[in-house]
Amino acid sequence: MVREQVAEFSVEYVQALDEEGTLDDEQAPDVDDEDLLELYRLMRLARRTDERAVALQRRGESGTYAPGIGQEAAQVGSAFALARDDWMVPSFRESAAYLTRGAPVHRLLWYAMGMEEGAEVADRNMPPSIPVGSQALHAAGLGWGQAIRRDETATLTYFGDGATSQGDVYEAMNVSGVLDAHTVFFCQNNQWAISVPRERQSRAETLAQKAISAGIEGIQVDGNDVLGVLGVARDALESARNGNPVLVEALTYRQSMHTTSDDPRVYRSEDDEGDWDARDPIVRFERYLRDEGVLDDDRAAEIADDIEALLSDEIDRARGGREEVEPAEMFDHVFAETPPELRRQKEAFEREESEEGETGPASAEDGLRGEREAGGAEIPESVEKQRDGTADEQRDEDDEVDDRG
Amino acid sequence: MANEIRLVEAIRQALDEEMARDESVIVYGEDVGVNGGVFRATKDLIEEYPEQVYDTPLAEAAILGLGVGLAGAGFRPVPEIQFASFAYQGFHQLVQHASRMRSRTRGTLGVPMTVRMPYGGGIRALELHSESYEAGFAHVPGLKTVVPANPADAKGLLTAAIRDPDPVIVLEPTSRYRASRESVPEGEHVVPLGEAEVVSEGEEVTVVAWGAMVAETIEAVEDADADAEVIDLRTVSPMDSEAILASVRKTGRCVVVHEAPRTGGLAAEIVARINDDALYYLESPVERVTGYDVPFPMFAREAAYRPDADRIRRGIERVLSA
Repeated sequence: MVREQVAEFSVEYVQALDEEGTLDDEQAPDVDDEDLLELYRLMRLARRTDERAVALQRRGESGTYAPGIGQEAAQVGSAFALARDDWMVPSFRESAAYLTRGAPVHRLLWYAMGMEEGAEVADRNMPPSIPVGSQALHAAGLGWGQAIRRDETATLTYFGDGATSQGDVYEAMNVSGVLDAHTVFFCQNNQWAISVPRERQSRAETLAQKAISAGIEGIQVDGNDVLGVLGVARDALESARNGNPVLVEALTYRQSMHTTSDDPRVYRSEDDEGDWDARDPIVRFERYLRDEGVLDDDRAAEIADDIEALLSDEIDRARGGREEVEPAEMFDHVFAETPPELRRQKEAFEREESEEGETGPASAEDGLRGEREAGGAEIPESVEKQRDGTADEQRDEDDEVDDRG
Repeated sequence: MANEIRLVEAIRQALDEEMARDESVIVYGEDVGVNGGVFRATKDLIEEYPEQVYDTPLAEAAILGLGVGLAGAGFRPVPEIQFASFAYQGFHQLVQHASRMRSRTRGTLGVPMTVRMPYGGGIRALELHSESYEAGFAHVPGLKTVVPANPADAKGLLTAAIRDPDPVIVLEPTSRYRASRESVPEGEHVVPLGEAEVVSEGEEVTVVAWGAMVAETIEAVEDADADAEVIDLRTVSPMDSEAILASVRKTGRCVVVHEAPRTGGLAAEIVARINDDALYYLESPVERVTGYDVPFPMFAREAAYRPDADRIRRGIERVLSA
């Protein structure tokens, strides 16, 4: 009987900036000071966007939101490596990547506010994918299309550690290998798939090695090291542009909840979280920038002020858009051309809506607005009280978020 | 000009002509390339269009998910699922992504994908090669589903599907692939989606069928002692209700025939639409002649399961005598 080794594999790990903020020149990508500051600004913007979005949810102004706090380096570093003509195919936790690609904050908020307006496709960014891992196949299709057209462009898709257990992610890597797709699979291993820890997700020693069974390259990077991520993502995209797809596993940590509907205290202790707090991607990068003299107190304060002003404007804009939501529009884009039965359903809907309008105000709010415009009937005391009460509750909820944070 | 060809050849002709017309049309799937498809629907196309025809790994979710990405990259994907019963392994890609992409992006991204699937029984196939799942597809908003019954419609509907900006499922009746040679227009032939065809006119009863059941219905009507109007629905979703209603208002009686299981089948939807808009024209309750609520049996029993001309004829006689 013959028994011999027929294949051997290994997985590399890359880190450019260590936990103390010291740079390994050999692993460092080529980045000028302007870009260093932009990476920093984007990470700060993403952190504050997530914090504000969670608070908006707690106040009842938006729906469920999935914050990426702790994962800013993984997302900003990788999205920063994309060219403008490249495609990004995100999951539902990629606010930082969207922001890096230039998406305005109010669109992310619109999506969280339950508005399709926030999912419109712009600048080669796909809308967020809610099912776990299924979007990896869309990235494979985009990357295959780029290969068929012999484009110089590439596609990068995001998913988490949990998604690597899904068949679609494996299928996507496998078909991409066969079809020479220009696709980079970027796994943010944030250690938790809601309550299931990474060790219970797979017995595989690394998630990067899942690339091996598909015959494509797999590599690990310190996902809290924005410069390491940027370098690895640039290399992976270059490889993908030449028809060689890559799986990148970025080791990071989801510092906050899975979504605003989730309470991580149920399944993990502060001990679990402590170690990763110390490895916060923004703290590490800021230390480096200050040591290098790229950033000082004045510059940091200026960046923070600009971010607060921007967020204030964008939140106003999101609220303004929310006021204009037209329910009947839900019928308009099911098909390019609305078929007869659907047209009839829309007409019936609109008839019912207008009948409601004739028999009385749809809500106390609408009625009040009308009366005020008409010349100012007095606002019934009960309604005013109700409003005040709601506002109090909202403030309480907002405080609760602060306590948790 | 017209030529006499089989349904499977009509499919091939549509693919050929559409790939020649539009180089963004990409035909792909399991065995569709070198092998020409297990039913030979894509025979030799890979040689004619090496940049547009691709064999893919065996992975239904991938085949359907790739289409969403290809659409994003500006292509018109035309994947084949080797047998419709294996589409379930990629059904989530249709329900969660392809069908709702236009709606959730407010029209900024559509998925002009045409998914070809051989479906239905009557060819003594293995288990899970014979199901009729059109009601499942029809229940998904944003998907269109067509079922050609003859070679000319196979070409015309597939051509329309490929040119359609939205995802279309084309269910090709395997039992009709080689059943007969019929006249098919040469060159461009488009049968609009969403339009039923009155196959034969009659005054006493309306019989609605689609796909493989149309031929059985035509045979049944020839044997039945009735002046029946036969409607081939052709597109099951979105459904041409008006054609059915107009006919029922004229005849006052209706039989709906489908091969799929009865419960939740499209016959129930058709009955509901008649109730909504033509109830008072009815002379008798609408009759359903359908498959049974059992898993499609292995082929020793498939003839017992599938509605045939006799069962349809008896259905017609029941509504006429009610």
